[in-house]
Amino acid sequence: MPKIKSLEELKKIREEAQKDLRVRTETGTRIIIGMGTCGIAAGARDVMHAILNELARRDIEAHVETVGCIGMCAKEPLVDIEQAGKPRVTYANVTPDMVPRLIEEHLVKGRVVQEWALGRLDSKGIQ
Amino acid sequence: MRELSLHVLDVMENAIEAGATRIEVRIDEDLGADRLTIEVADNGRGMSKEMTQRVLDPFFTTRKTRHVGLGLPLFAAAARRCDGDLTIESEPGKGTRVRATFRHSHIDRAPLGDMPSALMAVLLSGRPVDLAYVHRVGEAEFAFDSAEVRRELGEVPLTHPAVRQWLWQTLREGEESLRTKPSD
Repeated sequence: MPKIKSLEELKKIREEAQKDLRVRTETGTRIIIGMGTCGIAAGARDVMHAILNELARRDIEAHVETVGCIGMCAKEPLVDIEQAGKPRVTYANVTPDMVPRLIEEHLVKGRVVQEWALGRLDSKGIQ
Repeated sequence: MRELSLHVLDVMENAIEAGATRIEVRIDEDLGADRLTIEVADNGRGMSKEMTQRVLDPFFTTRKTRHVGLGLPLFAAAARRCDGDLTIESEPGKGTRVRATFRHSHIDRAPLGDMPSALMAVLLSGRPVDLAYVHRVGEAEFAFDSAEVRRELGEVPLTHPAVRQWLWQTLREGEESLRTKPSD
């Protein structure tokens, strides 16, 4: 297992996290990455790697979640971005190179990158 | 797949689809015996004898439950190309154990690749699953169990950004420690 010092860090993280846990999970940003066989073969893991790197590099707080195959295998890697109060947007055929621009435009500036978006899911359904 | 870690990830995703709550991964690089063994065991719903035999057939899939796709036949082919084999033991209601062996030095053996990212993909799964991981290279060993991490964290999820960062760093440092000679 990780070193004792490392586990001490975990305790600190827990204390900090408990304070604003609800705020983060209910109002934050979620990034969802398809990780079925189709996604993995198309490079989804490396896209996830790029997303984690970019979020860490820019110190952006967002939840990252992986899910199984949703049936649009030809469009993999699929990445969904969901921000509280806004429609969930699905991006198709995402590559690691696309990640910095996706984060910059969608997460930071709040603009959907139309040319890469497959569709939007809001209260009225898929657009 | 160009890295063995992608096959490992694929088998772990199968386990999640099979409803597993705990996955145990063992990677053993026995350099003396020139053998690489990868084992993935889960406590998911398991498979009947008949189905266990059929999952290695590339034209068989349980599309509805999505337990198995093209992944296992590809993994088996990769092992057999390298003087190894892939075996599956499964029992309905108990779980599944996939074991792949390779000749470590075989020219066709793909590198293990980015294991930390493969493990992260599972730890960040929308369906909470615990992951026990042991990687041995010769005498060196790196072991990690997310159940222990969860105990430290209480109600804070593994997907919390600060926890995620901790996990990723811990996994990367652990894997790196296997590639360098221990200094202490």
